Amino acid sequence: MISDLFSLTVLLGIISSGIRLATPYLFASIGEAFSQRSGVLNLGVEGQMILGAFTAFYVVMNTENLLLGVLAAMGVGALMGLAMGFVSITLQAQQGISGIGFYLFGLGMSNLLFQLLVGTVETVSGFPKVPLPILSDIPVIGKLFFDHNILVYLAFLLVPIASFVLNKTNLGLKIRSVGENPEAADSLGVSVSKVRYFTTIFGGAMSGLSGASLSIALLNVFQLGMTAGQGFIAVALVYFGAWRPWGVLAGALLFSLVNGLQLWIQVLGINIPSEFAVMMPYILTIFVLTLSRSKYGAPSALTKPFEREG
Amino acid sequence: MKSRLNAILDALLPLLATIAALLVGAIMLIILDVNPIVAYSALLNGAFGSSNALAETLVKATPLLLVGLGICIAYRGNVINIGGEGQMIVGAIVATWFGLRYTNMPGWLMITLAMLLGALAGAVWGGIPGVLKAYFNVNEILSTVMMNAIAVQLLNFVLTGPMIDPIQSEKASQIPQTARLEEAYRLPRLVPTRLHLGALIAVGLAILVYFLLWRTTLGYRIRSVGQNKFASRYAGIKVERYVIIALMLSGALAGLAGVTQVYGVNFRMITDGSTSGFTGRAGYNGIVAALFGSLHPILTIPASILFGALLVGANTMQRVTQVPSALITALNGLVVVFVVSSEIWRKKRQQKRLTVAIEDQVFDEFSNEIPGHSVEEAS
Repeated sequence: MISDLFSLTVLLGIISSGIRLATPYLFASIGEAFSQRSGVLNLGVEGQMILGAFTAFYVVMNTENLLLGVLAAMGVGALMGLAMGFVSITLQAQQGISGIGFYLFGLGMSNLLFQLLVGTVETVSGFPKVPLPILSDIPVIGKLFFDHNILVYLAFLLVPIASFVLNKTNLGLKIRSVGENPEAADSLGVSVSKVRYFTTIFGGAMSGLSGASLSIALLNVFQLGMTAGQGFIAVALVYFGAWRPWGVLAGALLFSLVNGLQLWIQVLGINIPSEFAVMMPYILTIFVLTLSRSKYGAPSALTKPFEREG
Repeated sequence: MKSRLNAILDALLPLLATIAALLVGAIMLIILDVNPIVAYSALLNGAFGSSNALAETLVKATPLLLVGLGICIAYRGNVINIGGEGQMIVGAIVATWFGLRYTNMPGWLMITLAMLLGALAGAVWGGIPGVLKAYFNVNEILSTVMMNAIAVQLLNFVLTGPMIDPIQSEKASQIPQTARLEEAYRLPRLVPTRLHLGALIAVGLAILVYFLLWRTTLGYRIRSVGQNKFASRYAGIKVERYVIIALMLSGALAGLAGVTQVYGVNFRMITDGSTSGFTGRAGYNGIVAALFGSLHPILTIPASILFGALLVGANTMQRVTQVPSALITALNGLVVVFVVSSEIWRKKRQQKRLTVAIEDQVFDEFSNEIPGHSVEEAS
């Protein structure tokens, strides 16, 4: 029944799952926002995510050490970020297409390694829920916002930190200037390539963490192709959020709330084919990308390799 | 003489990039304790070892070539079409629906109509991101990826609901597939293997796309918009229109690729429910093939055969050495990365040649306008 959707329990359920589902998008999109602000479009997020998801899963399966799993996933993501950086900064390759290459590479590698090292579907015990003391006791809101696993809190905490770093610190200024006007930044003594390497490696690490949040916090399994396009959506959310961490948060929440709604529509057995429910977030993304003609444009030097004159 | 040497070097770059990727693969195989020579010769044997193997390779190459041709057109117009997967799916859905709906037509008529309809559906699916890019400034990479996800859901919906094989819908298994097309509607086979007429059509279209791009006004305008949209607008070309046309043509060819999979290979639509269940990732691998063929329609023919061979051979390799065929997906990714990375040497040599030839400002402005577009015209 459609009216079931509007009962309080269901609404709370939608919001709660929306918050959880936003986690992987937040990590990946904020990492991507940093690299795009510095002028590098990393389309390989999906590949970094899935390889990170596998790495975290495999490490946790063998060591049962969650922190180690997270760090390993971030390390693998950072390595792929480094490779992406080398290809697009030093070798000045076309970023849209090299990203697809990294996507295929990550997909193939995770698939290969899974078949060789694991083989069957196995679950791990991932990050447990950590109800925050006092806050989680607040009626209604407490359960919604303060009863999640630690990666969820971390993802949401990342938003103000990222916004602060980008807008209020020297590092942020360098990142923005390199993305807007690399020639001017260069003439002021900022190393364009060093800054861009930093952001692509950071972005890769965040994508790896995003993958880890899927395989050892949200779902606690690894499946072939489990990221299912979420890395590409994370890139879209950066455009959606007009390259700003708070905008990215809004986009991630909107997207994951629609996703949560979609899950509940299926749970309640409302008479819409599930495929159309799954389609909704994608249609919404296209729709919003079409309408969001924000006053902030893309970083001027996005996808443009930098080369000193002469 | 020197420029000829340069041209040869340029043409060899993708080959060198592939060899580099295969070397990385060899190292991975050694780590896995598999003799790379054994693995690669199994791959080669699986792809070219018999007339059946060769036919399979060409069957696999056909959708790659069709998608790749679309990539060539789009790329020349400076749009990147990642939507081949979705365009293949909708093309196939429409063509399959038509073939199942209208029976007892002459085979040639049905095949022609199905191909036209499939291409049209692909063009619409590609045209939407085109319109969004041209008039709403929506990044086409993102919108085509979203359109892929939507098409996959559409596919899962029609194959489990409205278009499911009536036999399957009564069974408990409910395999997501349509009924079979009638015998007369199948693309004729060329030799007694699975090789079908679609392969020849794809080659014919490669030649057609070459003429379109370099011998017609439409092609000239697409390329002109791709090289410098400001200069093109100044010259009176309606830039928006050609962005949309480039994506529509690209989508039409991918839609056709979907039709050939139904009318030439399986004679029904079938999926395993995964995102690449119907396409076998041809929408992505076609991009790889086109890149490998230097985004030139004619060179994309051998490139598609090579990647078709890798895909077919990967299965044999898996049987012989137990190494999952996913290795080849990873190596395909590396080929893309290496090919786009190797562009810098081509660019550097070109720059040297040009600065020697014309030491004036025109070039400076021109090269600033088209970053990453060093792919030279073939004519």
